[in-house]
Amino acid sequence: MSLTHEDVARIARLARIEVSGAEIEAVSADLNRIFGLIEKMNAVDTDGIEPMAHPQDVSLRLRDDEVTAADRRDAFQAVAPQVEAGLYLVPKVIE
Amino acid sequence: MSARGSDVAPRSLTPRSDTIMNSTNHTLTSLASLLAAGEASAVELATDYLARIAALNPSLNAYVSVDAAKTLAEAAAADAARAAGAAGFLTGVPLAYKDIFCQQGWKTSCGSKMLDNFVAPYDAHVVEKCRAAGLVSLGRTNMDEFAMGSSNENSFYGAVKNPWDLAAIPGGSSGGSAAAVAARLAPAALGTDTGGSIRQPASHCGITGIKPTYGVVSRFGMVAYASSLDQGGPMAQTAEDCAQLMNVIAGFDERDSTSLERAAEDYTRELGQPLGGLKVGLPREYFADGLSGDVASVIENAVNELKKLGAEVVEVSLPNTELSIPAYYVIAPAEASSNLSRYDGVRYGHRAAEYGDLTEMYEKTRAEGFGSEVKRRILVGTYVLSHGYYDAYYLKAQKIRRLIAGDFQRAFGDCDVILGPVAPTAAFNLGEKSGDPVQMYLSDVYTLSVNLAGLPAMSVPAGFAANGRPVGLQIIGNYFSEAKMLNVAHQFQLATDWHTRAPAL
Repeated sequence: MSLTHEDVARIARLARIEVSGAEIEAVSADLNRIFGLIEKMNAVDTDGIEPMAHPQDVSLRLRDDEVTAADRRDAFQAVAPQVEAGLYLVPKVIE
Repeated sequence: MSARGSDVAPRSLTPRSDTIMNSTNHTLTSLASLLAAGEASAVELATDYLARIAALNPSLNAYVSVDAAKTLAEAAAADAARAAGAAGFLTGVPLAYKDIFCQQGWKTSCGSKMLDNFVAPYDAHVVEKCRAAGLVSLGRTNMDEFAMGSSNENSFYGAVKNPWDLAAIPGGSSGGSAAAVAARLAPAALGTDTGGSIRQPASHCGITGIKPTYGVVSRFGMVAYASSLDQGGPMAQTAEDCAQLMNVIAGFDERDSTSLERAAEDYTRELGQPLGGLKVGLPREYFADGLSGDVASVIENAVNELKKLGAEVVEVSLPNTELSIPAYYVIAPAEASSNLSRYDGVRYGHRAAEYGDLTEMYEKTRAEGFGSEVKRRILVGTYVLSHGYYDAYYLKAQKIRRLIAGDFQRAFGDCDVILGPVAPTAAFNLGEKSGDPVQMYLSDVYTLSVNLAGLPAMSVPAGFAANGRPVGLQIIGNYFSEAKMLNVAHQFQLATDWHTRAPAL
């Protein structure tokens, strides 16, 4: 497998990371070397093996449906880039 | 002049000008004893450490945030608690936090420009526990950005220097914590380990560190990298100190969905048990090609030392060890790409100054805020999780993960603990591997499989390479065997003095 510059540009768009034309050559080369390492997995027969997500194979707990968090909006918004009247501000998304 | 003259130090602490080396060379346990005996106050200890940090941190870069006023206020509160008869064993003892644990009122940057302006509005679970135990925060230690790295060169705040040799890496990603303990800028520190990030820097800096069983220490408030692998743990001079800190930080927390509901345990309970009859397994794959000669001989000497203490050696096999590298470099980036999608420039952290629409704001914010290794892993993770590739990469890696975990369970049928190297070589030079991510990844071969299996493992100082850089012995235990492993390390430390060696600074 070899990722083309177009592949890398598509992945970067999906990841919402701007990769400039000047960077794409080096980023592609790095990613291709990394996938060269990763593809050593392909030689292994894993048919019938159950994928492992948690070492103890525990399932996620349920808890009682009750309010446990205090309202700390002001503290949390104190670290936000741009807020107004308790709202997070972002560029206009609906014309 | 009378012996009561003003130039004589109070009680047994040496005069003020000499205390910097003396009090800062103590272990956590010994500082706790000094405090209990009234031979030192928490404010005195904090003052000594802050002075040593001020003197040595400019050359080591182990800490990224120090706030003397906050530290001294916590120390004064600890002294007041002790005066009021409300002190626990560790009340007033100083501790450093890896910059990954949210600590209310402190900048929590995770080694990233993305969080360079982030002051945590709450405490991580482990920070709550340490505060409740009366431990005094010395500050925040440097790390690879978002814990991604094996050399600490991926920090927005610059590389940490190894206190044993300023030309060497300290290891990563908890490199600042390891360097701080080795240089006696803290008696102990907390770190995190996703693929070796406690054990490898502990090995390279000549200190003791333990990664607990996955699920034993809450991840709440610990900035997430790869959630199914991340685990916090203590780093200190001795196994005994690590056991004391495990007693503080371990335990169920309902805010972490993978935290395990288990009865509290005393991690010091086995310290003092003789090792007679202990079966130690040596995995043949850990001693094959790629292991440097001087690391191999340090490990061999350590195994012989344990034999003298009564341990019996058996050979075991972990045949899928090499597959841990590709499996890890799929699973960890996949989870990272998901976890790090939260850094969008909207709710906290960096936001680009100039952008047009919302998508451009995201793309520029993330391009500016993340360093190159973090971007690489997000891109790898995005690709392996993208439409049509999930089965070929993520699912495949999770199947290999089960094979790796199965190898360990078979090995533990024949032995109580597994011993081996932590890293193929002693610390390499700064800049030596930073240009080649794949070379850097390959150096994690002995640590990654432990995280994939979710097992506990530690690094214990065991000697030095020919170039004078420290080498650690890795002790891997079965699930929940931390107390036993800590005792193996403790018995080793009672018989050897590698853990007492400190770099000349």
